[in-house]
Amino acid sequence: MIGVNHYLILGSILFAIGVLGIFLNRKNLIVLLMAIELMLLAVNLNFIAFSHFLNDTAGQVFVFFILTVAAAESAIGLAILVVLFRNTRSINVQDLDKLKG
Amino acid sequence: MTSISSDFVTALPEIGLLAVACVVLLVEAYNQSRAAVYLLTLTGLLLTAALVVFTGAGVPVLAFNGLYVDDPMGEVLKLLTCFSAIAAVIYSRQFLTDRKMLSGDYLGLLLFAVLGMLVMISANHFLTLYLGLELLSLALYAMVAMERDSARATEAAMKYFVLGALASGLLLYGMSLIYGLTGSLELGKVAEALHFNVKSEIVLAFGLVFIVAGLGFKLGAAPFHMWAPDVYHGAPAAVTLFVGTAPKLAAFAFAMRILVDGLQPAHGDWQQMLAVMAVASLAIGNIAAIAQTNIKRMLAYSTVSHMGFLLLGMMTGSLAGYSAAMFYAVTYVLMSLGGFGMVTYLSRTGAEAENLDDFKGLNAHHPWLAAIMAMVMMSMAGLPPFVGFYAKLTVLQALVGAGWIGLAVVAVLFSLIGAFFYLRVVWLMYFDTPPAESPVYGQHAGDAVMLLSVNGLAILLLGILPQTLLTLCALAVQMSLR
Amino acid sequence: MDIKTLYLVVPMAPLAGAVVAGLFGKLIGRTGAHLVTILGVLVAFLASLLIFQDVLAGHTFNGAIYTWLTSGNLSLEIGFLIDRLTVVMMLVVTFVSLMVHIYTIGYMADDPGYQRFFSYIALFTFSMLMLVMSNNFLQLFFGWEAVGLVSYLLIGFWFTRESAIYANLKAFMVNRVGDFGFLLGIALIMAWFGSLDYQQVFQMAPQMAGHTISLIDGHPWSLLTVICVLLFIGAMGKSAQFPLHVWLPDSMEGPTPISALIHAATMVTAGIFMVARMSPLFELSDTSLSFVMIIGAITALFMGFLGMIQNDIKRVIAYSTLSQLGYMTVALGASAYSAAIFHLMTHAFFKALLFLGAGSVIMGMHHDQDIRNMGGLKKYMPITWLTMLIGSLALIGTPGFSGFYSKDSIIEAVQASHLWGSGFAAFAVTASVFVTAFYSFRLYFLVFHGKERFHNAHAEHDHGEEGDSQGHHGAPHESPWVVTVPLVLLAIPSIYAGWPYIEPMLYGGFFGSAIYIDALAHPAMAELGAEFHGPAAMALSALTTLPFWLAVAGVATAYYLYMVRKDLPEKIKEKAGIVYAILDDKYGFDRFNDWFFAGGARLLGGKLWRWGDVAAIDGVLVNGSARLVGQIARISRYLQSGYIYHYAFAMIIGVALLATWFV
Repeated sequence: MIGVNHYLILGSILFAIGVLGIFLNRKNLIVLLMAIELMLLAVNLNFIAFSHFLNDTAGQVFVFFILTVAAAESAIGLAILVVLFRNTRSINVQDLDKLKG
Repeated sequence: MTSISSDFVTALPEIGLLAVACVVLLVEAYNQSRAAVYLLTLTGLLLTAALVVFTGAGVPVLAFNGLYVDDPMGEVLKLLTCFSAIAAVIYSRQFLTDRKMLSGDYLGLLLFAVLGMLVMISANHFLTLYLGLELLSLALYAMVAMERDSARATEAAMKYFVLGALASGLLLYGMSLIYGLTGSLELGKVAEALHFNVKSEIVLAFGLVFIVAGLGFKLGAAPFHMWAPDVYHGAPAAVTLFVGTAPKLAAFAFAMRILVDGLQPAHGDWQQMLAVMAVASLAIGNIAAIAQTNIKRMLAYSTVSHMGFLLLGMMTGSLAGYSAAMFYAVTYVLMSLGGFGMVTYLSRTGAEAENLDDFKGLNAHHPWLAAIMAMVMMSMAGLPPFVGFYAKLTVLQALVGAGWIGLAVVAVLFSLIGAFFYLRVVWLMYFDTPPAESPVYGQHAGDAVMLLSVNGLAILLLGILPQTLLTLCALAVQMSLR
Repeated sequence: MDIKTLYLVVPMAPLAGAVVAGLFGKLIGRTGAHLVTILGVLVAFLASLLIFQDVLAGHTFNGAIYTWLTSGNLSLEIGFLIDRLTVVMMLVVTFVSLMVHIYTIGYMADDPGYQRFFSYIALFTFSMLMLVMSNNFLQLFFGWEAVGLVSYLLIGFWFTRESAIYANLKAFMVNRVGDFGFLLGIALIMAWFGSLDYQQVFQMAPQMAGHTISLIDGHPWSLLTVICVLLFIGAMGKSAQFPLHVWLPDSMEGPTPISALIHAATMVTAGIFMVARMSPLFELSDTSLSFVMIIGAITALFMGFLGMIQNDIKRVIAYSTLSQLGYMTVALGASAYSAAIFHLMTHAFFKALLFLGAGSVIMGMHHDQDIRNMGGLKKYMPITWLTMLIGSLALIGTPGFSGFYSKDSIIEAVQASHLWGSGFAAFAVTASVFVTAFYSFRLYFLVFHGKERFHNAHAEHDHGEEGDSQGHHGAPHESPWVVTVPLVLLAIPSIYAGWPYIEPMLYGGFFGSAIYIDALAHPAMAELGAEFHGPAAMALSALTTLPFWLAVAGVATAYYLYMVRKDLPEKIKEKAGIVYAILDDKYGFDRFNDWFFAGGARLLGGKLWRWGDVAAIDGVLVNGSARLVGQIARISRYLQSGYIYHYAFAMIIGVALLATWFV
């Protein structure tokens, strides 16, 4: 029988993969955007699982908002990425080190 | 439950601001008159401030089925947010004009960011909190990247974006855990549920950790502060000015809403987390600032240390502590407006007055500006009779009152170390010889210098007569606690 | 005029001058700036005189002038406590400040920061007056910090070196150590007495005498001892007592008027004043009095030693100041508060005179401060010569001069004291009479007598350094009247301020209730009073005492070494080097330090005097902690690597730490 815990564990694994993707990936910035997306999806999974098992629709409504915001976020992230590429001719994570100290 | 129309009355300031922001975008699309959007923005912010005052009820009022709350603390913070945004716009007019950034795009984004802050301040539900936060953050990411040809600004924007998204993710994850634990997303009901029974202490603790981490990022508290120096440094000075001021008021409100309104029953847990973050922030902020040569970076680290103080006030969990933290947030914004405002104001076409060297011998050319900057710096250092001293004093008093004497000693110790780098700026301005060629010798706009003078004098005056503001903060918090 | 208004006038007049000169300096010009500040200080001085009359007539005052804010049971207010102790300090501060203001007209004549400088010394005068007139601990602390701030800023007035950040950090850190102790002391008072008002605290003090607190479990310490020691640590920072003295010699980088006003006559005596003001507390703790006395004795003797081998004219006087501050501290420890204040007063006059005289010499020498390049200046600068001679005679305690009365009283008071450590203190203050006489007259002979060495010195000087040879070859010249008049005006009280005042101030109960002495426990002053038969008799009988002959011996030695056998000092130096090498090897200090302080040891090599001062305290403790903070700051910069994944990693580590900690 699949219970709420299974969903939570899956969610936490996805979340961890997303987080790891952010600081293990040292090459491509687009992968970072994907990792962020994955994190948000993990959260969505949590919300839906809780919403289902609590019999409360509020959680699912929240998920819609998260999806919408995530879309907007991706749009802005990609826009910044384009500008960045125009300026530095690179989307390598390791090249983003001009600001430090 | 109140009727729909009264719900809209409660949210009138936000609705007004949204309308103005849309008009600004329309004007930009069809007219492109810079003067028009500039004046429209200022009018819109003033209008919002007026609406905040007129719709203020004096008691907490819930609206939209508990999504939204309007209480005295929120009103005071909203009012100050609007004023701080107005000041930021006026300070940066010349800067933006010089760089051809003064447009409806920029000001529209700024207005949406303010709208996000107002929503955060009035949020009474995880959903509104999140939406307000994202509205603010997304606008800020875009503003940081606004200087499109600057590699520095785009790098800062990218870092801000990635880390900010990570922080939102952490925050949301925490929210989802708390939701699962309590079955509710509304702060008041969350508190109720936690008060009566907690099904799993571990889930609660995990949820708290993630939420506190997200909060720490927004505030810029260590170890979630690392975006701040890079973003403050890389962003155009006008954006740094905006990012470094009003959003801190919203972040304070955000923390109050989530931790006090929502998670008060778990106070014992988050208290210690805040204490750890506060001490780390004080240590890192004050010490790292010493080695900086760029004033925007230095002020970023200084912000980190100030946030440490703010957290110390919040962690006491007492009324005195909350009002001390609020007072601290307000004075911090006032001082930062002065500090970043001066950096923005002194910057000229093609160069920013962002290095400490640019402030060398400022007194010789602009004695009045140097005097204002000196007041800001001394206030940040916490020297009497400036308002920064009272901010620190009230926090320390609240700490000692709650029995945290060790933390108070640590705070004093680090702020003594920190006083050094603030006074170094004063020393540079008054005792160093000015360089022959410097970006700071330009034409200066009269409106900004007048407002800067008011800003500086307010720091001094509130320092001499702090009682009114102290009482205001104490009353606002007292009347808003449920 | 209402007397309360008059009290306010005293600090406000210099403040007004400072504000006008600071903000409108460009507008009113140089003359305007010095006129307005001098006027402010003059008004303050005259008002102090009137208040002095009034206080002598028996009108003291203690009350709040303005309440800042009230929060809970804590109320922050500005208040004045005007009694005889306060009024003496007010007179000394305003008088010396007035002289320094006038002198500055000449000394800073060519400086671009002229108006700013006047604004700062007037601001300093204001802060110092607020400090001495305070009636509560908080205002005392504000004044304390304010004078420190102005002093800190003025040390850097001419500072243009690369290492400026860390050099300033050093003076700053030393004072932070002192201030930290001071603040803790005040916090303890606040916590236990529930008040910051002097009067209330003093009234409660006897009841608190029995209280103990345990800082380490199982070791209860008397509350008052802890408070007094903490307060005294504050005084050690401000009044440059061993081992927090290291900042004072460095402060000589500032312009000479500052050295005279802040680092000799007034600010550095704030610690002495504070302890005297707190006499009702200190009297209740013998332990803290012993501590005070021993610290003072160490400072008096060992700082004098360092003065014997300095070659910078201002540094000689700086070490002399340290030594004399040690004397005052010893007097405090012996419960001879009135003698300490008396010495504070006479010292303010003759030390300000010596500093201003040194400044005049420096001007005459075209800003060369090395006494080895001087000599024979008597012929060129007669007024400076005469006044410096008077100052030196007063400093070494020549019977009849002001310094004699105050210094001899201290020596006698220490000999009469029965506290633990008074034996050592008595030895230290007596021995340093010789040391004082030696370095004072070494300076005097080298500067004013003997061969004129400046001709060849300048030739060398020019050769090596800047091409600005114009004016350098000219002979030394006497300074303008704005410089010499303050010298003469200070010389008068240097001679005369002892004779007529010793009897009322020390034995006549002049200070009345302002200073409290537990006569049963600490009868030193009372015993002295019984033996006192008037100033003339004191001067005559001094001729048969040890201190007098030690002073004569000191002068004679200096004369012999620097006027007769000029080759001897070099030889002694070489010999001492061997002695040091032997000592060094025997105790193995070098090796110990090599191992212990790792790298700091290289600084320890060389001369004996460098060990205690420059290397150990300066090098390891002060520069060490300054460097440590700087190092940590640099490491933290390294941590901020610029890579997103490091930042994200830090956040995750933060989350993980919080999670493991609290889950």
